Amino acid sequence: MDTPFISFRQVVKRFAALTVVDHLDLDIARGEFIALLGPSGSGKTTLLMMLAGFEQPTSGTIAVDGRRVDGLPPHKRDMGVVFQNYALFPHMSVRDNIAFPLKMRNTPKSEIATRVARVLDMVKLSAMAERKPAQLSGGQQQRVALARALVFEPQVVLMDEPLGALDKKLREQMQLDIRDLHRRLGLTIVFVTHDQDEALTMSDRIAVFNHGRIEQIGPPREIYAWPRSPFVAEFIGETNLLACKVDAQAGEAMHLITDSGLALLAHAGAGRIAGDKVRVSIRPEAIRINDHAAATANRLTARIIDAVYFGDHMRLVATVGAQRMIIKGDRMSGAAEVGSEVALSFAASDVWVVGSCNDQPSASA
Amino acid sequence: MQRPALRQRLTAVLLLAPLLAFMLSFFVAPLVTMMKSAVSDPVATEALPRTAAALAGWDRANVPPAPAQSAFAADIRALRNDEQFGDLVRRLNSTQSGFRSLLGKTRRALDGTGAVDLAAIDPRWSETSWWATIADAVASPWTDKNLLAAVDLERNTAGNIAAMPEGASANRLIMIRTFVTAALVTLACILIGLPYAMVAASVEGWRRQILLGAVLLPLWTSLLVRTAAWYIVLQDNGLINAALKGLGLTSTPIPLMFNRLGVIIAMTHVLLPFMVLPIFSVLIAIPRNLMPAAASLGAHPLRAFLHVLLPLSMRGVVSGALLVFMAALGYYITPALIGGANDQMISSVIAYYATAAANWGMAGALGLVLLAMTILLYAVYIRLTAAEERSA
Repeated sequence: MDTPFISFRQVVKRFAALTVVDHLDLDIARGEFIALLGPSGSGKTTLLMMLAGFEQPTSGTIAVDGRRVDGLPPHKRDMGVVFQNYALFPHMSVRDNIAFPLKMRNTPKSEIATRVARVLDMVKLSAMAERKPAQLSGGQQQRVALARALVFEPQVVLMDEPLGALDKKLREQMQLDIRDLHRRLGLTIVFVTHDQDEALTMSDRIAVFNHGRIEQIGPPREIYAWPRSPFVAEFIGETNLLACKVDAQAGEAMHLITDSGLALLAHAGAGRIAGDKVRVSIRPEAIRINDHAAATANRLTARIIDAVYFGDHMRLVATVGAQRMIIKGDRMSGAAEVGSEVALSFAASDVWVVGSCNDQPSASA
Repeated sequence: MQRPALRQRLTAVLLLAPLLAFMLSFFVAPLVTMMKSAVSDPVATEALPRTAAALAGWDRANVPPAPAQSAFAADIRALRNDEQFGDLVRRLNSTQSGFRSLLGKTRRALDGTGAVDLAAIDPRWSETSWWATIADAVASPWTDKNLLAAVDLERNTAGNIAAMPEGASANRLIMIRTFVTAALVTLACILIGLPYAMVAASVEGWRRQILLGAVLLPLWTSLLVRTAAWYIVLQDNGLINAALKGLGLTSTPIPLMFNRLGVIIAMTHVLLPFMVLPIFSVLIAIPRNLMPAAASLGAHPLRAFLHVLLPLSMRGVVSGALLVFMAALGYYITPALIGGANDQMISSVIAYYATAAANWGMAGALGLVLLAMTILLYAVYIRLTAAEERSA
């Protein structure tokens, strides 16, 4: 990354005795779409509110474009914020809502008119300009909020779970729309969400928050494929987390014995080893069923105890001895009926060591 | 299907019946009675039925003809009920003084039967003015006299509506004073109540409880007690003047009692809850993130207030203003205790006519005028809010 556009340095936020953000460092590049992902109470929204200026950090600094902004009031920060419940002004029409930030900047009337018309066209709401927010659907209100946050061309756009109130279909459409706007306009977007799919599909980078710290930060692929802690592995997507003991290591091959007594072969290059007790993550989609052709390192015999049909895939639950495993089978795995015995196979590289059992929860940010 | 529906409706009516009965007997009936007393004038018509018929075609230029005169004599003879006779005397005497002695004399002279010469009993019966008064009184059981008097108008001898002579009546002046005082109190309530409600809505927990309690507490104490408390606070040796003198801000006490200032101070205090509560309820319904949103869009806190919070709280201000203004119009105790002679409001005048002067007609008429103006204002309010809702 070149010189960061936005940088948080050792930022701490405490509410009374509660530390919400804990000595956090974060750099965001210009034009980047970064998702702050984490469970509620993990500090991601507080961080956003500190960037927007609604909260002051207890200590640490926040800089945008090389200039410190902590201490600046929100109205001087030039950041477009899209709020969770849109925060549209109910007494103003769509047009007046969108014109508001321009009016506050004393933009000439004629320019306001053209710029408002342009963003209205961009969010496809030109026909709704004279309506009041209450007369719009949730998705339309969302688009007004977006247009209002973009019309004054802020240096950063902050979004606080903006799609939380929409139904699934609409949410997916808006995800694509926002991603498209980001690419077209080259915006810098900081996007807070607790929805991992949203973070995975939309962002350039994901910062996974836990207990006021960033547990892991990186591109979506990296976060998903190589989680660096059990928390990240479980929070992003579904996974099988197994506690193991390191039995032997020969070159790149690492022999593990799970606490439930299974022997697994893992790829040592896949992760660090701290101590002889480790946790591994095996993604449900990495496990194949009754695939005798493939030469895979790990083969287990399992009994199916539950099978749920999802249309495009089957979600199977199997037991291998005392170990429960979740498997995402393709839709052809219908043969795997409940009660039947199947062969599970997965590669050594799919057994990903996410951390030692000794340092739990992981503090490797 | 129909039977259960009918039954439900019957049950609903039965449940509402006590309320309806209460409303009818304690609200609608008295109101109608008062309104009727303002315009009804049945005494002469009922006491002098024959006269009424005989005087219907009288030209008013000359003394009525003999048949009409004997009809009048017959009516007087037929009046056996002393109470009814007394009412008639009062009614006629209120229009033209002198009727008390004239009618008394005439009644005594008519004791008996046979033809009579009224002019011989009293020479006044040969003057048309006395007969005109009787003709006016018996012409209709309804009158607009009280309503006209309520707005300082009367009918002149020709029967046309004209202004009362200067100084004869001050109803119009008092009515204007009532509206001005109510408007000033409303304004004071807005100026104090709006910021107060905003502070109360912006804090939470025990701070909000205390702020709201401070507003509600006066509502739970008797109006009389509160007014009496102001009596103590505002007087020349009262708390305020003592404090001002103690601070050396004034050497002579500032007159706060028995003037308009005192009335407005006390009424504002009493009516403040009716301003604060509607504004408060509107304010807490405003989403919390609107002001942060305005700030993030570049609005200075003052501009955010003017463009977002103030317009959104106007609904509360309007309904609060209406409540306060209407309640203030009818205020009676506070101006009576705190105000001077020139601060009395229309309710005091109504009370005077109702209790001191026993002139129910005038009391009803003034009440009717006040009611009409209040309804007019309310209609304007409804129009305004309906228009606002349509545009919302």
